[in-house]
Amino acid sequence: MSKFQFPKSITSRPVYGTLAPRPGKAHLMIADAEGAEALLELADRDTDLMAKSHIIYIPKETGDTYVEKLQAVGPAQLYVGPSFEAATQRIRHVLGEAHMGLQVYLSGTEGLMGQAMNEATTAGIPHTAIQTEHRGSVARRMQCVHCKGITEDVMTDPFVCSHCGLNLFVRDHYSRRLAAFQGVCIDAEDPGNVPDPVELYK
Amino acid sequence: MSASPQKAKAGAEKLDVVVSAVVPLNDLVTRFEFKRSDGQDFPPFSAGAHTVVEMHDEGRTRLNPYSLMSDPADTSTYAISVRRDDEGRGGSLFLHRKVSEGDQMVITYPVNLFSLDLRAGKHIFFAGGIGITPFMAMIEQLERSNGHWELHYSARSPELASYAGDLQSKHPANVHVYYDSKGEAIDLEHLLDGQPLGTHAYVCGPAGMIKWVHDTATAHGWPDDNVHSEEFLAPQPGKPFQVRLCKSDLTIDVGENESLLEAMERCGVDAPFLCRGGACGQCETDVVESDGTFLHRDHWLEGEDHASGKKIMPCVSRFVGKSLVLDR
Amino acid sequence: MTIQFNEETFRDDYSFRNSDWAIKRFPFPFHEDSYMYSVNMEQHRGGPKGSVYEKRFDVDEHYVSEMRDRALVLADDPLRCQSLPHMTLAGWDTLELIMVSKSEDYPDLFELHRDGNQWHWINKPMGIDQKFTFLDETTLPCGPLEYITRQAQGDYAVLDQRDDMLWMDAGMVTTQADWSLDFDIGMNFFEWHAPVPLAHEMGIFKRALKFLLNIQQGAPARRLNWTMTVNPLLDTSPENYHKWGIQKTELTPENIGSRQHLRVELQTFYRLPRSNALLFPIRCYLISFQDIVTMPKWGRRLHRVIRDLPEELATYKGFIDNRPMMLDYLSQFDDGLPTSPGIWPDLDTEPALQK
Repeated sequence: MSKFQFPKSITSRPVYGTLAPRPGKAHLMIADAEGAEALLELADRDTDLMAKSHIIYIPKETGDTYVEKLQAVGPAQLYVGPSFEAATQRIRHVLGEAHMGLQVYLSGTEGLMGQAMNEATTAGIPHTAIQTEHRGSVARRMQCVHCKGITEDVMTDPFVCSHCGLNLFVRDHYSRRLAAFQGVCIDAEDPGNVPDPVELYK
Repeated sequence: MSASPQKAKAGAEKLDVVVSAVVPLNDLVTRFEFKRSDGQDFPPFSAGAHTVVEMHDEGRTRLNPYSLMSDPADTSTYAISVRRDDEGRGGSLFLHRKVSEGDQMVITYPVNLFSLDLRAGKHIFFAGGIGITPFMAMIEQLERSNGHWELHYSARSPELASYAGDLQSKHPANVHVYYDSKGEAIDLEHLLDGQPLGTHAYVCGPAGMIKWVHDTATAHGWPDDNVHSEEFLAPQPGKPFQVRLCKSDLTIDVGENESLLEAMERCGVDAPFLCRGGACGQCETDVVESDGTFLHRDHWLEGEDHASGKKIMPCVSRFVGKSLVLDR
Repeated sequence: MTIQFNEETFRDDYSFRNSDWAIKRFPFPFHEDSYMYSVNMEQHRGGPKGSVYEKRFDVDEHYVSEMRDRALVLADDPLRCQSLPHMTLAGWDTLELIMVSKSEDYPDLFELHRDGNQWHWINKPMGIDQKFTFLDETTLPCGPLEYITRQAQGDYAVLDQRDDMLWMDAGMVTTQADWSLDFDIGMNFFEWHAPVPLAHEMGIFKRALKFLLNIQQGAPARRLNWTMTVNPLLDTSPENYHKWGIQKTELTPENIGSRQHLRVELQTFYRLPRSNALLFPIRCYLISFQDIVTMPKWGRRLHRVIRDLPEELATYKGFIDNRPMMLDYLSQFDDGLPTSPGIWPDLDTEPALQK
């Protein structure tokens, strides 16, 4: 089961919904891994939608099985790429050429949705107009508030910053601009006293 | 914080002004220009702001909001343009008939409920008739900051299209005027369809036009946050009614030609307000008890608030029925 | 009045000191013997002569040293001052407001000469003499917000107002109570306050937002907020928390009077005229416990407030671990006598400590 119900949290933590077809001439869908399931369900709900849609899909380790299914729903354009970084130039180009009325759908991990939303809002779409649906891993994209480095796919709390090596605890405070949660030094007041890492949401 | 906190005053800060020019533009619209009575400069303002003009008309005080249409960077003068409304309650008639150059008046500091979204890559303006006024200031502001804008201005006829000629000659590439008398109309669907991402649309004009722009934009997939509108409602006359104000311990009568807010003020009740046009939310008042029907006319309360019978905006809304008790 | 500026530091040897004048005018934040969140807004239109509320932007004996500390923070981390692209006009609004206010309120310290858009600014305490063109970024050494807030005490958050919401879209933040502009920039009012406990449930932020959205030109407002800081450290940033956090563990019964500081923010709110943004200056005042208790009323009251503060708040404000030691110290200055209402020290009427 790729759907996960996040517990209620503070107001800066993103809340994800369920993708629903919207009217419009042009649709941009960006997904990773199990996020493909949400797109396939969208295609089921509105059989005309995919012919007007440009899908950007990052399978990651778990998504290869979805590629054929995505092809089968007949999107106007389908790009399958190795990473979000690799897809970024293409996403920027599509957004740069787009007109008002473009509908954006994001699904998959929080890191993917956050980064894709950042591209869309930078291009001028308000974040409130972008649909999101979480699927797959609950791993988080974390920013170290001390060195500013981003650690991808964090699965435990606390964790070690992949840039500066500090032991950080995982906050729910989230920045849309950075597409990351905040990590803060856990042993500043008691150096060396770092609790054992616990898997997120366990 | 301090031992005796000061109570916030109703309305915005006031400015004493002298009418420096009265310029009729056509059969219906006249421009009024103001200088400060103390000779100082006005505060700068942001385009889209309005001022509330205080009028003393045979013992009655009227407070009407008008968009500031002068250049926001010109702090020597504020200007408003007023369309004469022969059917209205008399604010515009008072200005047109009784105000002349040299008169002393009181207006408020600028209040902006219709500001530019400065993030926009492009601003597209839709004006209907006298709704052109806030865009006059917006255009000046954007011209100064090299903003990207275009105006679509719909008017009844060339004779009544205030400022159309000036705008067209100054900005021939950005200004498009449409005359009802010539059967011309804004091709809204086409215009909304081709705009680049990050465009913001603004509409000021009659209620029907505002609704048309919002609805068409929504149908074309525009996010609500990218469509901005301003419509000041003038309070409509209605049947007189009686209101009990429980905090003030007063029962007051609201006359046919005054608003509930104006009646409260006439009776010495210091009720909060800002725009007096159903848009800002400042005068929102809780209903304690009611037996009758509310005539809600504001843009502020949600539909469910209107239906609940628990809230009223006394600047524009009225009541018909047996009894009304307000928490004021 | 001419201010004698202190030569002092807010780091390393912490030579910061409050003079008797500064202690007397300290913005003590508790108007009664207990504390809970409230919107506690009032108009910002002056105050008693000599008080921190008198001028629009208070300048005190710490001015020159605080500005030196800000320059050090910025040299270390330029991300402490940021402005999203659409906020440049609000930056000019801020510059205009501060330059006009300071030159009118402190004519002996600051001068502003304007000829149309040709402006000449003189800041005597900092030895600055700058001619520039208003609204032309190319004529200043840095952006207008950074330029003027390198010369004005306190942090500055600049809030864009859109869709009945405030957005933290620019700021200068080097004297903050543990929040990061770099992380929070672009957030809305509810999002950047998200980590604050209890207040959301109490509806505080909804009411505060409604109030702030309606602040109008010419009618600024103010309120006080407070927290605790060990050592007179202005830059209690999350960025450097791994460096300063340890100082919280260095308190002892012997040093607490001199090292534990009450940190008070005088928050003011101005509608900016050209941009319609809201300027939110957050001015930080620090005072050591041993200086507070020289005002008998403040000593009595601080003890009671800290003693009775809900645990969530003491945790959020970061002093839960040190609270017992604080109370041991402060209880020496609480003789149980009643206190007069309001924030002022009332030295003439409040009795001296009775023990």
